[in-house]
Amino acid sequence: MTNTLHRYGPPESFRDDFIVFIRNSNGRNDVGSIPKLKEFLRTALRHRPVTISQYRFGSTVRPADHLNPRIHWTRPVQDLTAEQIIEAITKDHTVGAIFDSEAAMEAFLREVKAADWGLSVNVAGLTAPVHACAKRAGIVRHSVEYSLGFQGALDRLPERPVLELSTMCGHSMLSPNLARKMLEWVREGRRTPEQAAAYLGRFCSCGIFNPARAVRLLEAAQGGNG
Amino acid sequence: MQIDHGKCVACSNCIPVCPMGAIYIDPAVNRATVNLDECVECFTCYRGMSKEHLNPTLVRTIRGVLKYLRIRFDPEPDVCPTDALTPQALTWPRIVRQAFSDPLVPHESTGIHGRGTEEVKTNDVTGRVNEGEAGFTIEFGRPGVGVRFRDIQKMTMALAPLPITFEKKNPVFSLMSDPATGTIREDILNEKVLSAIVELKTALEHVPQVLQVVEEVAQDLETILSIGVATRCDGQGDNALEPMLKREGHEFYRGKTNLGLGRRPAAVSA
Repeated sequence: MTNTLHRYGPPESFRDDFIVFIRNSNGRNDVGSIPKLKEFLRTALRHRPVTISQYRFGSTVRPADHLNPRIHWTRPVQDLTAEQIIEAITKDHTVGAIFDSEAAMEAFLREVKAADWGLSVNVAGLTAPVHACAKRAGIVRHSVEYSLGFQGALDRLPERPVLELSTMCGHSMLSPNLARKMLEWVREGRRTPEQAAAYLGRFCSCGIFNPARAVRLLEAAQGGNG
Repeated sequence: MQIDHGKCVACSNCIPVCPMGAIYIDPAVNRATVNLDECVECFTCYRGMSKEHLNPTLVRTIRGVLKYLRIRFDPEPDVCPTDALTPQALTWPRIVRQAFSDPLVPHESTGIHGRGTEEVKTNDVTGRVNEGEAGFTIEFGRPGVGVRFRDIQKMTMALAPLPITFEKKNPVFSLMSDPATGTIREDILNEKVLSAIVELKTALEHVPQVLQVVEEVAQDLETILSIGVATRCDGQGDNALEPMLKREGHEFYRGKTNLGLGRRPAAVSA
């Protein structure tokens, strides 16, 4: 779970996008970390995150190896429960929770600080609100990495609505062409924003795709603004 | 990645799924085909699409009838109905593509997992970037463009003479034939990957110089760069990097904040 750093959009586009994740440092503090990762996610669930995720497994939406054809008519928007994701943690990979409000994130950070798991906790999002929330939760930030955006052959980038959706998978597994197709399908009324967001989320193998932000962006297309 | 033409029903679902746009319907055979020169072996199509394992002849017949009647079947867009996507055995140097493009496999070419390192995410434990220092992550190819190593080499060779230190645990560093000059091994220069990250560290006062070189070289590249720069904060959570970047005219508002809650176990740090 890396490169939550370079999501695309204007500042106001990230008001509902805060990714809190925890990880060990390989070979330094990884012994006994798995129960802490599970506790981190269970604590997060008390604050109603948009979704939770674990690296190498994904989030509550994920592809299936043997899909029943009836799924074309009966497919749920969510494939797994949060508890199934937590139970699937068997290695010390990064796990995270995505929040769509500063208040929920701040409340979660208070519990994270009190829990004192000794693992590294990071928040990806707008740096100023994150800094302020951390302060109010009694946390002094240790380090910060700023995204300075894109350079180079900018003419090869897709249009803004596509980029806002596709960059929510930091590993670039979410194709701009698929994002564009989903925007068109929503605009044509062939799928709901929630269904389109689920399709897109299944390609984010680390599960850090924010379905709430995606639905909001897709709803804009529904109104002819995307 | 390859597509089994005996199974493919030309439904086209895999075409928009490919982050590189490397899949197309070959009109000569009316089957989906992968442009192997553009394919970065990210396995997005193979792993990201659900599979139905339906009988290809049956599916082709149904699709043919519907097409004849001008009826549009509106299937799930993330499904391969016949499990036609087939990974191929990868050897050197092509295996480098998967190592840098598929985040779910170990970095077999280098022995390192992932495209980058722990970066600043565990800086509270590793102390890798200190106050007065800046850590750069220069990512090539993302989002959605991809990059060949010859473009990465243009940048590493331009950066090498500067007062910087390349991160030695970084996968790109392990593929440099001469880190002092930033040269990358010849046999992989034409290999295309979804994304690769060059990591380096420098003193804060050299940040503008590094950014200037990155910006200049970027103009000459056929790919996209995503630039990240990190530092350690002081006891109040402030840092000297932020005002410096503002003075230099950079616009930034998103980032990754390490909350400083990690630590080494006492027995290890003693």
